[in-house]
Amino acid sequence: MSTEPGSIAHGSVQPGSVQPGSVEPGSVEHGGIDHGSVFDGLLGGDSSQWAFGTDFEDPLAGVDTTTPDGVDGAELAAYCLMLGDDALIMSQRLSEWCSRAPDLEEDIALANIALDLLGQARLLLARAAAADPGVVPALPEGSPVPPEDALAFFRGDRDFRNVRLAEVPNGDFAHVVVRLLLFSTARLALLERLRAGRDHVLAAVAAKGVKEVAYHRDWSGRWFLTLARGTDESRRRLLAALDALWPLQAELVAPHPLERSLAEAGVGVDPASLREEVDAVLAQVLAVSGVERPDRAPLAGVGGRTGRDGLHTEALSLLLAEMQVVARAHPEGRW
Amino acid sequence: MTTTPAEPGLEGRLQAGFDATIARHDRIEPRDWMPDAYRRTLIRQIAQHAHSEIIGMQPEGNWIGRAPSLRRKAILLAKVQDEAGHGLYLYSACETLGVSRAELTELLLSGRQKYSSIFNYPTLSYADVGTIGWLVDGAAICNQVPLCRTSYGPYGRAMIRICKEESFHQRQGYELLMTMMRGTDAQRAMVQESVNRFWWPSLMMFGPPDAQSPNSERSMAWGIKRNSNDELRQKFVDMTVPQAEALGVTLPDPGLRWNEERGHYDFGEPDWAEFAAVLRGDGPCNAQRLAHRRAAHEEGAWVREAATAFARRSAQEAQEAQEAQGAREAREAQRAQGARKAQAAQDTRPAGEGAR
Repeated sequence: MSTEPGSIAHGSVQPGSVQPGSVEPGSVEHGGIDHGSVFDGLLGGDSSQWAFGTDFEDPLAGVDTTTPDGVDGAELAAYCLMLGDDALIMSQRLSEWCSRAPDLEEDIALANIALDLLGQARLLLARAAAADPGVVPALPEGSPVPPEDALAFFRGDRDFRNVRLAEVPNGDFAHVVVRLLLFSTARLALLERLRAGRDHVLAAVAAKGVKEVAYHRDWSGRWFLTLARGTDESRRRLLAALDALWPLQAELVAPHPLERSLAEAGVGVDPASLREEVDAVLAQVLAVSGVERPDRAPLAGVGGRTGRDGLHTEALSLLLAEMQVVARAHPEGRW
Repeated sequence: MTTTPAEPGLEGRLQAGFDATIARHDRIEPRDWMPDAYRRTLIRQIAQHAHSEIIGMQPEGNWIGRAPSLRRKAILLAKVQDEAGHGLYLYSACETLGVSRAELTELLLSGRQKYSSIFNYPTLSYADVGTIGWLVDGAAICNQVPLCRTSYGPYGRAMIRICKEESFHQRQGYELLMTMMRGTDAQRAMVQESVNRFWWPSLMMFGPPDAQSPNSERSMAWGIKRNSNDELRQKFVDMTVPQAEALGVTLPDPGLRWNEERGHYDFGEPDWAEFAAVLRGDGPCNAQRLAHRRAAHEEGAWVREAATAFARRSAQEAQEAQEAQGAREAREAQRAQGARKAQAAQDTRPAGEGAR
């Protein structure tokens, strides 16, 4: 993925949406400049020619969203929420880095990764709503809030199905590197398998996501090595972050009964089947970096329940309080 | 041969060449000779512009976490990311004048170089994201489009790209406000309140009135600047009034009216005392914006050091590996040569000798 500013930014949101007509470099170069031309299109005309249109566009428009044979819509929806919430909450944490990274280049890279995951989240939440409209929280009649936003902004923390690794508060730069390495290693292995699943939408989302998450893993892997072999200080911080986050790693490859059931139906992926590959990739990164695999037990749940069951750390409801505050204040708002 | 009263020295000939380039409206390029004062003025202006992009990430970045729809979150995050990208292009353009990004960052953090004062105003509602796109980016575009023709090549080329993206941002901002105006009463009130706060600071973005603009005249002569502050301010007002009408908001200026005779809108005077206060560092967010930038810079120092150390170590290891490889090859070559010599010696040995 290109890290060239500008191109990424627009591409990540909606490729080909830039309308360069208003400020053509050519016309600017050849004198006779007309400042008014910059504002062409602001007034009147067809609003659909604008970058994102003025109406909400269903990201799954035109895709066959019928539930595959023998699959329960509610189960499929819950599964989409698991994968979608992972991406959404991770994206929210990553975007907190915006304007805070150690360098402009890394600021841009982290925003890029957050945008990729946000894009995946939108598709997965929309898929969840299509598979089972019952998962979408009820809003006042006539509310223009689309299903993906109702799911993102009007669910309570107990209805979120993300792994706890995605939600814990940010730390230093080593923390975001380690979190992203653990997350993207498991997600890449998962998406690679999901491409062959029987659900057309999930398979398409996975095919698109593989390229993105491969870049995320590459970025975090390179920084892991750099910090491990940089200075004493960077190595100390990296090891501290690894130690703190390692207990949350096991949850990424721990199967929930629902994931098993959908894997058996040929629609989802059993996270346990990823263990071998995930372990091998992490072992490789650790070995190259000269870092020992941490000797830390998995973080226990509550009565055995963890993120996939809607049982989270204290951090999630705080994260959601911030994320949802404007949307919830305007349940009939148009954005 | 023409006889001139005094043969110009090297400096004079260089100055004449520079003046001729400016007069032809051609570009000055990094390796061309340029007067020191021209270089200093450009560094000051481009750096200030770059700093504005970087500091400008904060007021809008403030709302990324609270964007009320996933689509708006993506648009906003991408926009703030673009600003980081603009900062990169501009720092690169500035580096062609012989000053490093690290030096420029230091000048920003120590307060010796400025950034646009507009970013010292707070963002207090989500409508501010739209208003900044519409009015602030709109004013920035008015200022920046003429810079695409500025006399310094790398700056002009960076500006062409930046203006394209800014114009895209401006549409997105206006589109957000349009959408909110079609929403609830509370949303319409939010838009109006936001426009009320940002209207006057947007007019201040064009700088002080021409009569009080100390650097303008020379920058105009050098072709760095192409239009006066007051000309650009008038253009901005003339363009914005019909947009406000289409949007359904009121601009908070009782003196705003069309002047048939001038063919322009008349408008009131911004509060120049407030402008001076914000410029002096006493604006609502001056301290906060710089503190945020400084914290990010300082908290990232260990990462930049690690990256440098890692790069140095990798280069060193690569060199050692290369040397080891070289030594190995030399040994092998020597061995091969020895073998060839031995072979040759054997080949030239008189027949029968070996059999003895």
